Amino acid sequence: MFQFIFRRLSLVIPTFLGITLLTFTLIRLIPGDPIEVMAGERGVSAERHAELSAQLGFDKPLYVQYYHYVTGVLQGDLGNSLITREPVMKEFLTLFPATIELAFCAAIFAILIGLPAGIFAAVKRGTVIDHSVMTFSLTGYSMPIFWWALLLMLVFSVNLGWTPVSGRIDVVYWIDDVTGFMLIDSLLSGEEGAFASAVSHLILPSIVLGTIPMAVIARMTRSSMLEVLSEDYIRTARAKGIAPWRVIVIHALRNALIPVITVIGLQVGILLSGAILTETVFAWPGIGKWLIESIGRRDYPVVQGGILIVACIIIVVNLLVDITYGIVNPRIRHSR
Amino acid sequence: MTTSTKTSTTDIPLTAPVPMTPLQEFWHYFSSNKGAVAGLVVIAIICFMAVFANFVAPHSPSDQYRDALLLPPAWLDGGNWSFVLGTDDVGRDILSRLIYGSRLSIAVGLVAVTASLIMGILLGLVAGYFRGMIDTAIMRIVDIMLAMPSLLLAIAIVAILGPSIVNAALAISIVSLPHYVRLTRAATMAEMSRDYVTSSRVIGASPLRLMFVCILPNCLAPLIVQATLGFSSAILDMAALGFLGLGAQPPTPEWGSMLADALQFVQRAWWVVTFPGLMILITVLAFNLMGDGLRDALDPKLKQ
Repeated sequence: MFQFIFRRLSLVIPTFLGITLLTFTLIRLIPGDPIEVMAGERGVSAERHAELSAQLGFDKPLYVQYYHYVTGVLQGDLGNSLITREPVMKEFLTLFPATIELAFCAAIFAILIGLPAGIFAAVKRGTVIDHSVMTFSLTGYSMPIFWWALLLMLVFSVNLGWTPVSGRIDVVYWIDDVTGFMLIDSLLSGEEGAFASAVSHLILPSIVLGTIPMAVIARMTRSSMLEVLSEDYIRTARAKGIAPWRVIVIHALRNALIPVITVIGLQVGILLSGAILTETVFAWPGIGKWLIESIGRRDYPVVQGGILIVACIIIVVNLLVDITYGIVNPRIRHSR
Repeated sequence: MTTSTKTSTTDIPLTAPVPMTPLQEFWHYFSSNKGAVAGLVVIAIICFMAVFANFVAPHSPSDQYRDALLLPPAWLDGGNWSFVLGTDDVGRDILSRLIYGSRLSIAVGLVAVTASLIMGILLGLVAGYFRGMIDTAIMRIVDIMLAMPSLLLAIAIVAILGPSIVNAALAISIVSLPHYVRLTRAATMAEMSRDYVTSSRVIGASPLRLMFVCILPNCLAPLIVQATLGFSSAILDMAALGFLGLGAQPPTPEWGSMLADALQFVQRAWWVVTFPGLMILITVLAFNLMGDGLRDALDPKLKQ
């Protein structure tokens, strides 16, 4: 087991170095001199240019610059934003809870709908239910989510007025930032209606962000269930006279869930990149919106740092998924 | 000559059934999947629209009819049949923009898929054929690229190169590269152990001939499926980049950027928002349906 974890961990290091190399090159690939790009339209004098160049280490050879960059990254130093002058890491940490909250609710939505739908489709294979679940999931899978967001907003916010259009909570509430998670903070504040407002702001973005993962989970659950249901031990269980629901829930589902859990873990990448689009439409103050705005403002350290952090989160989650999979499934653990 | 052979075959009552040619067999399996055929039909229509946009579209995509701003679709009150799907905020015909937009989406999809297919096949063949250090190096890079969500990587690339259609297409072809490399490599490694490859090698075929003439044709099935699915994600990513302002720049009639332009009119004019997105959904869905059908038709395991 330790050997398996060690082997898997050793694969992470080159991947991490590769990603730092990518983000390191990113800022150096921008056409033109990086300092002039940072200075913007005002430009810099020759002395100031040399000073900044020395300060930022641009006068050193590339491998030295890369070494400083990686050691900085490992200590959590991702440089400062050109616009706010704040450390990138600090900005990230203040915005990250909003994205986590959204992604978490989206994942809950995706699992709550996708899993039962997939099971149902597999059990009722070939029926109208099966076909409609598969049609819906293929449609969800093909959905341009930024448009889906606008459509839901059009129907539920503009026409029906059921949900708010954007933001995390109604402006009448002033919630102290305790955990950064609006659902928890609004409860802690004790203000009447604050929690309900936070929930209503979360509904549409969660549905939008959860749509593609939901479709993926439903498809995966269906095919995994179909495979398990055709196994001999299921036939034996049925022959023994065990109640049909018990065969499905206790006997089949437990084995069918193994690949599904992996797929759920792998949705983190989809959730984080989908968050860029969802947050942009719903004006959700998370890291996705932050990244896109920084690209618009040409705030390169933020773009560089943000991409690096998101990629690292995905690597870590994928690692955890792989290790869990190895724990659950000995065949993976022992294969080379 | 042809008539005589025809009569002679009909005269013989009992013959073994003629085995289907590979193409017939493929069509037999493909056409039994209704969704796949529907996808193919939709794709054919969209391609037709894209190619003949000049003739199909009722108006120019950039003509601004100043007396017809934000006109609703024709079947609604105040609609006008010369603007079937209504007009946008500067009076451009939405239907015409959608038709010209299909040209852009199909072109970007074609360029991105072809570029990543060619690069992916080359890298995958080299990795699978030579193994060793080259293989490890290529696969490590592929793993790094797979660790990043494709949209994020595409955004990063466009952020470096600057927003434009060409850069977006380039970014999309780079981010879809890993799938082709992996597929080609896996298929190449499977084929390498076959006897026909060994015998060609014994006869004295050069590595290039082995790679491109012997092995590659036998690896094509999964690549065709992946290319079809790659089309759908290319169109989706292109629209997403356009929506974020990182792809096609206004006034180019691109579906994603049409949506971004329409954002501020969500409350007043639903049609400006609805139709471009519907167009993206239908196109992407059609490619996904066809990709699923192709996979079923080309995968010998599912045939039995």
